[in-house]
Amino acid sequence: MRRAKVAYAGAIHGAVEKDGRLQLNDGRIVEEQAVVWLPPFEPKTVFALGLNYADHAAELSFKAPEEPLVFLKGPNTFIGHRGQTRRPADVEYMHYECELAVVIGRPARNVKREEAYEYVSGYTIANDYAIRDYLENYYRPNLRVKNRDTCTPIGPWFVDKKDIPDPMNLSLKTYVNGEVTQEGNTKDMVFDIPYLIEYLSSFMTLNEGDVILTGTPKGSVDTKVGDEVITEIEGIGRLINTIVGDDLFGIGPVPQEEASKQTT
Amino acid sequence: MITAKAKFQGKLQSDEIYIKLAEGKIEKAGCSFCLNELMFDAPVSGTIYGTLLNYKGALELLGEAVHEAPYKAAPKAPVLYIKPANTINSHSRPVILPEGVEALEIGAALGIVIGRTATRLKEEDALDYVAGYTIVNDVSVPHESVYRPAIRQKARDGFCPVGPWIVQREAIQDPDQLYTRVYINGDLRQENTTANLIRPIAKLLAEVTDFMTLNEGDVLLAGVPENAPLAKAGDQVRIEIEGLGALENIVLSEGQAKEESQ
Repeated sequence: MRRAKVAYAGAIHGAVEKDGRLQLNDGRIVEEQAVVWLPPFEPKTVFALGLNYADHAAELSFKAPEEPLVFLKGPNTFIGHRGQTRRPADVEYMHYECELAVVIGRPARNVKREEAYEYVSGYTIANDYAIRDYLENYYRPNLRVKNRDTCTPIGPWFVDKKDIPDPMNLSLKTYVNGEVTQEGNTKDMVFDIPYLIEYLSSFMTLNEGDVILTGTPKGSVDTKVGDEVITEIEGIGRLINTIVGDDLFGIGPVPQEEASKQTT
Repeated sequence: MITAKAKFQGKLQSDEIYIKLAEGKIEKAGCSFCLNELMFDAPVSGTIYGTLLNYKGALELLGEAVHEAPYKAAPKAPVLYIKPANTINSHSRPVILPEGVEALEIGAALGIVIGRTATRLKEEDALDYVAGYTIVNDVSVPHESVYRPAIRQKARDGFCPVGPWIVQREAIQDPDQLYTRVYINGDLRQENTTANLIRPIAKLLAEVTDFMTLNEGDVLLAGVPENAPLAKAGDQVRIEIEGLGALENIVLSEGQAKEESQ
């Protein structure tokens, strides 16, 4: 089952996929473009992995780490499918990261890798944008790079675990304006899903609704205002996002026309 | 008498209380209580963000190392981290010392509790978005390097006692002039003041909300002073912040904690 959360006709609804359209929990069937897509569930503690694909690590001139490189993300950063992500005007390098998101289904503490999947409820897709201009070498990758408002689209669907028999063999692809720019497979993760659950739960409790973003393969390119970025994972879906500029947020120089209005 | 919000064990909602700090008394719904008569839950439920190296002394301790690998430059923007939900702990509950760790660092932090959605605040009116202040013990397994996020050292269950209450903003005249003191088993082990912050509260709020929205109930920690005292199993830890009261927790080994719960 694929489940979504959407805003439609003045309220927020749970919805499921029905013949290419959406069926809301109250029975209404609507076109997928007629709704505002929200993150498919409320992410609780969100872990993200850095350098978890050897080819991406090499691309950034890093050795793959010996211990998982984990950082955390706050609720401010998440937006839904077909959302807008802001690129600040002064940056030179902002790249997407297509990632398999693993959703935890029940409290997990000291879980062994053999039992790890028993604690998973399902999967979704995250696009974990990074703005490399803001990288600093303190608790790197720092939150200013990785936890910005609008910078983590997630969705469109929450996909039940049982619908994905082998999450460690899914192809990932990113398209920028229709062209494939990133390709990989979850089988190339340095630390696989069972390892990550064993590792994290060895020193802390994972709870229902926690999410692990499992890292991204090679193929990062800079994205510009106006670009449509689609992150796609086999069997899970296609997450569409558009890069927008500061002007939509009222940031930056006042446009000429507005300025002259203000002076008169 | 100051007005605060507290969450008591077994209750779903927060209560408004009046505190007489000097007498150690609390008034709640017209009745007077001694501090130790009440069982507190953590008074916050939002996301807790910590700020690294925001005390002048903490940055000075790194010294020339900030120019060398792996740091290569002094920090420019606020460096933040998250204390996730599993770390939240309450006043007078134990903090558990993980097996194989000798002592824990006690981080005495002023918690700035957000009152309403805060995005791209201006320094001038940043404090208007603050609901109040609380005491936070940002507990860590000691670690020297701050190059990579310290999840294993900072995100363990119960590693973030908060409380006992949230003192409303109006009761604190100047949040940038508050003494913080750490006592371990009654001995004063650290004293500092928020006057030593590199980014005072309003400036910190402005710079943080420039890139991330803080929501009602979120907590931003002003920073942890340098030379964090260490606490071992059995130690009674007390963090005082001027005008806010004191947050107390005992450190227990895993074995001691099991015995206590039996």
